[in-house]
Amino acid sequence: MEPFKTLTSIVAPLDRTNVDTDQIIPKQFLKRIERTGYGDFLFFDWRQTPEGKPVPEFVLNDPRYKDAKILVAGKNFGCGSSREHAAWALSDFGFRVVIAPTFADIFFSNAGKNGIVLARLSESEVDTLLRNAQTIPGYKLTVSLEDQTVTDDRGFKATFEVDPFRKYCLLEGLDDIGLTLRHAAELDRYESQHDHATWLRAK
Amino acid sequence: MSITPKTLFEKVWEQHVVVEPKGEPTLLYIDLQLVHEVTSPQAFEGLRLAGRKVRRPDRTIATVDHNVPTTIEGRLNIVDQIAAKQISTLRQNCADFGVELYDVNSREQGIVHVIGPELGITKPGMTIVCGDSHTSTHGAFGALAFGIGTSEVEHVLATQTLPQSKPQTFRISVEGKLPQGVTAKDIILAIIGKIGTDGATGCVIEYAGSAIRSLSMEGRMTVCNMSIEAGARAGLIAPDETTFAYLKGRRFSPQGAAWDKAVEEWSKLPTDPGAKFDRELTIDAATLVPYVSWGTSPGMVAPVTSSVPDPAAAANELDRKSFERALEYMALKPGTPLDKIAVDRVFIGSCTNGRIEDLRAAAKIAAGHKVSTHVHAMVVPGSQQVKAQAEREGLDQIFKEAGFDWREPGCSMCLGMNPDILSPGERCASTSNRNFEGRQGRGGRTHLVSPEMAAAAAIAGHFVDIRNWEVREEVKA
Repeated sequence: MEPFKTLTSIVAPLDRTNVDTDQIIPKQFLKRIERTGYGDFLFFDWRQTPEGKPVPEFVLNDPRYKDAKILVAGKNFGCGSSREHAAWALSDFGFRVVIAPTFADIFFSNAGKNGIVLARLSESEVDTLLRNAQTIPGYKLTVSLEDQTVTDDRGFKATFEVDPFRKYCLLEGLDDIGLTLRHAAELDRYESQHDHATWLRAK
Repeated sequence: MSITPKTLFEKVWEQHVVVEPKGEPTLLYIDLQLVHEVTSPQAFEGLRLAGRKVRRPDRTIATVDHNVPTTIEGRLNIVDQIAAKQISTLRQNCADFGVELYDVNSREQGIVHVIGPELGITKPGMTIVCGDSHTSTHGAFGALAFGIGTSEVEHVLATQTLPQSKPQTFRISVEGKLPQGVTAKDIILAIIGKIGTDGATGCVIEYAGSAIRSLSMEGRMTVCNMSIEAGARAGLIAPDETTFAYLKGRRFSPQGAAWDKAVEEWSKLPTDPGAKFDRELTIDAATLVPYVSWGTSPGMVAPVTSSVPDPAAAANELDRKSFERALEYMALKPGTPLDKIAVDRVFIGSCTNGRIEDLRAAAKIAAGHKVSTHVHAMVVPGSQQVKAQAEREGLDQIFKEAGFDWREPGCSMCLGMNPDILSPGERCASTSNRNFEGRQGRGGRTHLVSPEMAAAAAIAGHFVDIRNWEVREEVKA
């Protein structure tokens, strides 16, 4: 996983609430067995007409936001299906940060595993950022994970909460299995006891 | 000595703490991982690349459900080569890593959340995960069950644990007697409509109250299944005599003395009197009615007797835009009575409503009637065992005589990853769990309802208030 420290980028405004993972990556692309190459399918049904023509008014087809690595969206972003393909698609497309008032739990976890920083800001802060990104040409934000801040060069500054351990993993780009295996001895001990609970056995 | 009263969730959580490293999430032991073809290939590949094994094959079960066609011919020769490869990849992975697979031809194949309980693999007090958000279904047994992403699937395969931050607790009590015609599906649709699709984010819901206790296991599974649609991490219900009666004698349920010991242990799980929840909500069952979803988010639901609401009622600008977009996608105008909306397709099935009791309920409505000439209606049993049971009871005959299409088990049209999809513009009364844009096929329009409401819509050709339905023939179980 690529470590994340700080990022300054163009901001793509997605002014929709409850953006579900079925929209982020539609089901037909979930049949692949690879982990890479999902960027082309990001928001597929919103980016393209059924005939395969780009939908010009969709934000990711707007040349102004071509190099955006930060996405701003409405509340409950990433709701619905647990598909990690949603995080893979966002990351593969080039997004490193999503800013929204709230995120769905499973998506929140999946994003972290893929080095995507999710910044929860208030609804009014998100409204401001959506408006700025829509109206100010070349609008950029700087996201610092170290300082837990989102800033622009016009005086906007907001802070976001992040669990200290999640922050550490994102900053260092750490893989979870390796971290868990530091506790191998405790795990062995727990498991040998726990296996006696016959009423909790699968088979 | 005073003992702090604990919630069901806290008891299950505490029994599964492996270690609580300072400043890090708790390492939680996972009793059971369920695996399916869609969210597992990259996880097994990750194990291979790192030279790791599946730590506990005996705590891992796999089946195929999302991609499998629901016709016999379709299953014999899966035309979609990418889907076929995903299924054969699971076969290979299960063989390589020693995981038991309930394959397409198995008499026990089915939707992962249907077969876990019916085989007695799901048990009270367990921690259960699956790379599928509807894993919350298993919470009906008093298990802590939640959906995870593929990286976490790999983590559990490798370590049988997951690092987890402790969620908040939220008790939703549904008190009183459910009115006639109001089902478990209506309970959960009402809850989501009330608290919103992010109403329980960060929480584990415990469903309680006399209306919940009076539900069968199938009904409880329907309620817990859609916890995720309210944003919850998981939903659970305290195990009781109904739970034990369901589990007794199932293939992987404990037997003999081990059964008695299990019931003794499981009986300790219910929330202690006086235990504190972070949040509480009480709903009067008598106020519930049959619901229909009208929009593209499961929170967009209304009583069948009401009309499509007006976006002007939205709380703010962003909500109003989403609201308008939903109505545009659904091709609905504010003020249209819901029971005037005509349907083209009907889907009865899924991990929400594809169990035997759901099929019995739908058959009772369908018996002696005919599906409307302009509707294509399909019934897809949740598993081979559900299908066999329904056929023993003659439900398949009732459906066929009424003009329903009786199919093979799988996820089918819940998510359109197999040949069962809506065509653009088609409108569907569906017993599934999500009405997202394109969920059942690009441009398809989904209305979520109970199995009874879906069956009635198939016959009438439009939504009807099931409370006024004429039941023509008695169905003998």
